[in-house]
Amino acid sequence: MSRILVGPFNRVEGDLEVTLDIDGNQVRSARVNSPLYRGFEQIMLGHDPMDALVYTPRICGICSVSQSVACAQALANLMQLEMPENGQHCTNLVLANENMTDLLTHFYLFFMPDFARPVYAGEDWFEKVEQRFKATKGDAGRVMLPARAEFLHLMGLLAGKWPHTLSLQPGGTTKPVEPQERIRLLTIIAAFRRFLETELFGDDLNVIASLKTVVELEQWRQQKPWYSSDFRTFLHLNESLELHKLGRASDQFLSYGTYPQGGQRVFKSGIYMGGERLPLNSADITEDVSHTWMENGDPPRHPSQGKTIPSLENKEGYSWCKSPRLNHQVVEVGALARQLINGHPLAQDLVTQQGGNVHSRIVARLLELAIIVPQMQEWVKAIDPKAPFCNNAELPNSGSAFGMIEAARGSLGHWLEVKKGKIHNYQIIAPTTWNFSPRDQQAVPGALEQALEGTPVREGESEPVAVQHVVRSFDPCMACTVH
Amino acid sequence: MPNLLWLQSGGCGGCSMSLLNAESPDLMTLLDAAGIELLWHPSLSEQTGREVVQLLEAIVRGEQPLDLLCIEGSMMMGPQGTGRFHMLGGTGKAMIEWVRELSAKAKYTLAVGSCAAYGGITAAGNNHTDATGLQFDGELPGGLLGDDYLSDNGFRVVNIAGCPTHPDWVTETLVSIALGEHSEENLDALGRPRMYADQLVHHGCSRNEYYEYKASATAPGERGCMMENMGCLGTQAHADCNIRDWNGHGSCTSGGYACINCTAPEFEEPGHSFGKTPKIAGIPVGLPTDMPKAWFVALASLSKAATPARLKENATSEQLIYPPTIHKRKG
Repeated sequence: MSRILVGPFNRVEGDLEVTLDIDGNQVRSARVNSPLYRGFEQIMLGHDPMDALVYTPRICGICSVSQSVACAQALANLMQLEMPENGQHCTNLVLANENMTDLLTHFYLFFMPDFARPVYAGEDWFEKVEQRFKATKGDAGRVMLPARAEFLHLMGLLAGKWPHTLSLQPGGTTKPVEPQERIRLLTIIAAFRRFLETELFGDDLNVIASLKTVVELEQWRQQKPWYSSDFRTFLHLNESLELHKLGRASDQFLSYGTYPQGGQRVFKSGIYMGGERLPLNSADITEDVSHTWMENGDPPRHPSQGKTIPSLENKEGYSWCKSPRLNHQVVEVGALARQLINGHPLAQDLVTQQGGNVHSRIVARLLELAIIVPQMQEWVKAIDPKAPFCNNAELPNSGSAFGMIEAARGSLGHWLEVKKGKIHNYQIIAPTTWNFSPRDQQAVPGALEQALEGTPVREGESEPVAVQHVVRSFDPCMACTVH
Repeated sequence: MPNLLWLQSGGCGGCSMSLLNAESPDLMTLLDAAGIELLWHPSLSEQTGREVVQLLEAIVRGEQPLDLLCIEGSMMMGPQGTGRFHMLGGTGKAMIEWVRELSAKAKYTLAVGSCAAYGGITAAGNNHTDATGLQFDGELPGGLLGDDYLSDNGFRVVNIAGCPTHPDWVTETLVSIALGEHSEENLDALGRPRMYADQLVHHGCSRNEYYEYKASATAPGERGCMMENMGCLGTQAHADCNIRDWNGHGSCTSGGYACINCTAPEFEEPGHSFGKTPKIAGIPVGLPTDMPKAWFVALASLSKAATPARLKENATSEQLIYPPTIHKRKG
């Protein structure tokens, strides 16, 4: 048995280090360390609760809007304030703009370049994949970056800028949409849709969103050569490298649901345990600090009662990340969880047949692009420039509230307590905190730690390429994780 | 051909994400065309783990030349000066140590974003992580590297401040250095490139007509000037946000919310709520930087008395109520 330390682990957002115990030609166990601590939960104490709208987006430059939306939702719950329809549509659009951008950035810049590594030089697909996806040099970046930047023009119109907007308020949005801006929004999304349909999918988004089974996906793949679109290329790599056999975690999933619309959410909340979809009881969420560099000794706490007191004294600690658990269980969050819990037939079939793995996580992300971009077009059409965008109310002097939404990477929750008009406690559980948590009191490894067990290691590898596929398949955001 | 190493520490990565928003041309084309070779960037480069550590060690040993060192995020000095709040993954060594060693070799050192420049958001609250900037600790010279630090080419740290930075602020500064045109005169007293810091956010603000007549917004989303009530610091903030657009069309003030002066040291702790203008006897405390207060008050009351009904009504509305009157040349 040997031990290797992989870090700095890049093409993830933020700083990451993974310790692997290798037995023969596979990983026996893994420890995941988030080596940066910033302490937003402490920074905000004593501030005006509305100032959380300035601080929380700055937890993360890639999930900035998600943090804003969760924060605004917590404040709105505290104020018992509802948004006008326009405010809801615009909040959804801004959140979807960030989420879709993140899914795209992950695929093109973080995940795919690993297949252009020299380790694959002997594969018959290598030359084309290297030409397309080589980090910083591939052709895909030259078409993807302009498409991404132009898609984010939606932020310029609806949020002033991205990242770090203050346009997302508890009662709606601060940017009323003028009639000409509504038209402009439609053209921006249409152009992005064109990019997805020509470059990423090579097909109409509705065709992708309607795929129901693994068999249908396979039939679709075979309709055209593998190099005719980037999604087909990925599916070809999956066949060649058996990515569906890599990175299986607990096969238990969580989604808070997101994109409120007419009293419902476009993506439903729920959990998936033992092969069944069940309702979520948010009281079942706890955070454990037994293996975190935090003052220890407490039993796991519900985030509304959570504490954040950093301490390097904890001898069991090996990460700044806490260990969230749902009813003591390790769950995985992300696009796959979201689509599974929302009942998308393809996501269900993928999980039933193969569980959560590198392949199913990527397919679910791209599926979500195909579902949400057309939905964005509908939200824009529903904007009425003559109607209100933002409601206002006074903040009560004391009280508790929470905001629970889905960021690109999965379930994001903010728990807020106000006393005497100031922030008394603020606890955040970010998606990657769920996925990349260290062990808990029962020494049960977190989702990524479980997913890495059994991952193959090639002869002489110091940064096993399969480990890199597994880690990046979660699209980790370390900045959020340790906030 | 200058090379570029980019490292991230106590920040959110938002300046890198913003940099990817570069347009006309995109980031990769721009770097390529400027002849800047990317040695390593945490979000973009292929190398991971040992390959990166070997690169950093080669630079420290002087075997690999380093031209441009870009640091994003605050320098995490705590706890107790150990830097253990951020150990660079895979190295068992505090990031502040790496930055000290690398900055001694770099021909130019750049702080990208207000965190790296001054400490920024990470230094807010009681700054329990002892976050600081590269050559400033808030407004005070010092920081990790100290006031007397000079890069290998003899320059102070370039502070591309902003939270986040506009992509053009970063790319234009990099290209200017690559062209060999850098000098201390290009920077203001806080180390910011004057190319963008010689402007105020107020310049080109789409709400300027409301400002002229002191027709003020009273709630989020209203069309009026946000200085009097909503905490806007655009008349004091050094940046060209309303002259060059963000994300194709935007800026904070056009997005309907206050400028919080994010290019300035210590913007993270304004001493009052960000969204409310502090006032004494009804007069905003933070007036335009170079205007005599008595004149401002006199002009403000005069212009308030002269505010056209059109602006007064529109100022507190989300929608345009009164369009401008059409000027008739006859009749």
